[in-house]
Amino acid sequence: MSLNITKQNGGESPPFAVSLKDICKRFGPVRANDSISLDVLSGTIHGIIGENGAGKSTLMSILYGFYQPDSGQIELDGISSAFKQPSEAIAMGIGMVHQHFMLVPNFTALENIILGAEGQKGLRTGLQLAREKLQELSQTYGLEVELDSITEELPVGIQQRIEILKALYRGARVLILDEPTGVLTPQETDQLFEILKALKSEGVTILLITHKLHEVMAITDVVSVMRQGKLVAHTKTNDTSPEWLAEQMVGRSVLVNSQFAPGKPDKIALSAHNVCVSDKRGFNSLKSVSFELSEGEILGVAGIAGNGQSELLSVLSGIIKPAIGAFAIGENLFNSSQPADPAFLRQLGIAHVPEDRHAEGLILQFQAFESSVLGYETNPKLGRNLLTDPNIIKEHCSELMNSFDVRPPNPKLLSSQFSGGNQQKLVLAREISSMPKVLLVGQPTRGVDIGAIEFIHNTLIKMRDRGCAILLVSVELEEILSLSDRIMVMNAGEVVGTVDKLDATKSMLGKMMSGIATGAASASSASASPELTIPNLKGGM
Amino acid sequence: MADFWFQFLLALDSTLRVATPLIFAAMAGIFSERSGIIDISLEGKMLMAAFVAAAVAYGTGSPWIGALAAIIVSVLAGLLHGFACIIHRGNQVISGLAINILASGLTVIIGIALFRQGGQTPTLPKSARFNSIELPFAQYVADNIPILGVVYKELISGHNILVWLALASVGITYYILFKTTFGLRLRAVGEKPEALDSAGISVSKMRFQAIIIAGILCGLAGVYLSTATGAGFVKEMTAGKGYIALAAMIFGKWRPVPALYACLMFGFLEAVAARVQGAEFPIIGEISSDLLLALPYVLTVVLLAGFIGGVSPPRAIGQPYIKER
Repeated sequence: MSLNITKQNGGESPPFAVSLKDICKRFGPVRANDSISLDVLSGTIHGIIGENGAGKSTLMSILYGFYQPDSGQIELDGISSAFKQPSEAIAMGIGMVHQHFMLVPNFTALENIILGAEGQKGLRTGLQLAREKLQELSQTYGLEVELDSITEELPVGIQQRIEILKALYRGARVLILDEPTGVLTPQETDQLFEILKALKSEGVTILLITHKLHEVMAITDVVSVMRQGKLVAHTKTNDTSPEWLAEQMVGRSVLVNSQFAPGKPDKIALSAHNVCVSDKRGFNSLKSVSFELSEGEILGVAGIAGNGQSELLSVLSGIIKPAIGAFAIGENLFNSSQPADPAFLRQLGIAHVPEDRHAEGLILQFQAFESSVLGYETNPKLGRNLLTDPNIIKEHCSELMNSFDVRPPNPKLLSSQFSGGNQQKLVLAREISSMPKVLLVGQPTRGVDIGAIEFIHNTLIKMRDRGCAILLVSVELEEILSLSDRIMVMNAGEVVGTVDKLDATKSMLGKMMSGIATGAASASSASASPELTIPNLKGGM
Repeated sequence: MADFWFQFLLALDSTLRVATPLIFAAMAGIFSERSGIIDISLEGKMLMAAFVAAAVAYGTGSPWIGALAAIIVSVLAGLLHGFACIIHRGNQVISGLAINILASGLTVIIGIALFRQGGQTPTLPKSARFNSIELPFAQYVADNIPILGVVYKELISGHNILVWLALASVGITYYILFKTTFGLRLRAVGEKPEALDSAGISVSKMRFQAIIIAGILCGLAGVYLSTATGAGFVKEMTAGKGYIALAAMIFGKWRPVPALYACLMFGFLEAVAARVQGAEFPIIGEISSDLLLALPYVLTVVLLAGFIGGVSPPRAIGQPYIKER
């Protein structure tokens, strides 16, 4: 390695902070990176977009030293470099903020920042020196963090700042951010973008990996598009449009943020009244949640992950029982003394697409046809008496795969061998094929490709138009805004307010999500549809 | 009353003796488990070390050489555990269990082959053991200073060096874990190995270092059993002490000082059990000695069943680290 340089300061600094030349990387038969050449101008924000599996993460992992390329070269400031491990990349001024934070949950912010870069003078001195240096960094970039707080107790946005500080503390001049906004509220996203701008103005080069087109448009200077391991487009952000970028990502034209016709709500299918849930430690994860869901409408549940949405889905699908309160489906009332049982709910026509398809939606070690009947295995059509008939199930699965475009359409493959989007389509197919009256959907497009997202969204709208009542939980605000007829916002286990789609704006929802504003405070919604914020439960209870 | 007081003092004194191997093993467990490796093989490593210590001390006549050999063997057993579950990402419980079974069989077979005494080693002469150290003026102080003098003679004086080392190991473990860079990384690797990996530090290396330290401490526990408190190796002489140490460690929430207290509590129970054997109690009469001796083990089960739900182990424990990107 030619690492005989210390720092590249001075007048004639080379134009490209990072220059990748003909990078190739194979995993078995898959070409994750196929001869990729990419130049990143110093002091710019450079967006890299692409679908899942397009090779963005692999490319960045090569730059960060996680992987070694099969062939090709990396140049930093014009000097050829090769990293055998991340520590070498870190030493050369590359920092990475991972999608899933690399923070030890029960460490303080300060401990997390210095972990691995404690210095030679002992832990105590190391912590002291770090504290001084970090104060400086925080002020320069507007990155304020309570250094002595326990990391897991801090909001996600602050945890992300810790990650950024971690990289800067190690002297990062090139900062890679992997899907940084996935877990942030709109306000936190805005704050992050302010920080990124401040970093840019101080000369830090930023590589932003994302699949959110509007973010690319909002913050980047240059954007590169990857598809199937190849770099397919490279352009100045000002010269392009989200539609064009989406087309480059998928390889065909797609609808971005499609607008759907509103639903036609009919009679009430499901109503919840004062539902409370508390866990073993007595923490109330749901506090007096009341709402109504009508046939033929999609009620979107917006909120930052972990504010009670998961518990709401679990209660309504009969996985956990409410401590207080009740919910009603048709004539049937369920409460703590008369809890719902998932099998019975399924008979009533409640279908559930769980948030975590790996943990709850599928059994990854099962073959696809086995996963395709989970929960419905007692259906008499699938066998005789106590026995199920694998051939009938395989055929059933084939049909599902064809109608939901699951690829490859092979029922004998293991569930784990499908991509995220195809796994999700399989779960959706299973749940929808039972023709449910109420569909509970959690994060339907998490980790799913743009093409599949379009399909899933269209499917949900079709179900709604057939009269199905859909409760849609998602952390993607665009998804909520695009699909829902009404939007219920949750914060800290409570319903902050319910807003009609037509009145909803992103910033208003964002404020509600972070608990700053309530439904009542966002006056337009409250006055526009008062009957929706105060559930009328006389009928059901 | 004076007699009771004296008996109580003796019970405390033997508490310390009984607790010593537990303390070593519990500290070993803390190092290993804080790094994310379940260490059910405390028992086996201790047993191997006890055998090797006795055999080598008998052969060479030096307890020190015996101790060194025992530590090496215990570390090697630890490395075997590491080879299975760090390098090959095997199941840590199964690997640990395998080492325990291996230890229990191998010590007896080699013992019979070497000494032909049914798996025991010959009784060690005093010179080949770690002997009690009488602190200066013990007798004089006991005779001349009331109460404290007796405490000094019976409780503080008259222990071998390993007892002191065990107590010191608690402080050292605490210092390393919470006051050093190594400790910071060790705790991080058991909670979130990805964090360490992405900071450019090898997860495997950290875990191997932890396992080696655990091996050394387990070795000392074994050395204590066969060449300090005992005078030779006896088949299955650890008798579940490794598991009790594991329980003490969990009961102490993977923290050195609370784990020490738990070890002392187990030690005290055993000491009391030994002392009240055969004694008549009002109403209940004589307590079955079997029942009393079973008490620490029963307590282990109760504590583990009752408290394990309430404690939070290192988050990454038991999970092999797979670097995926």
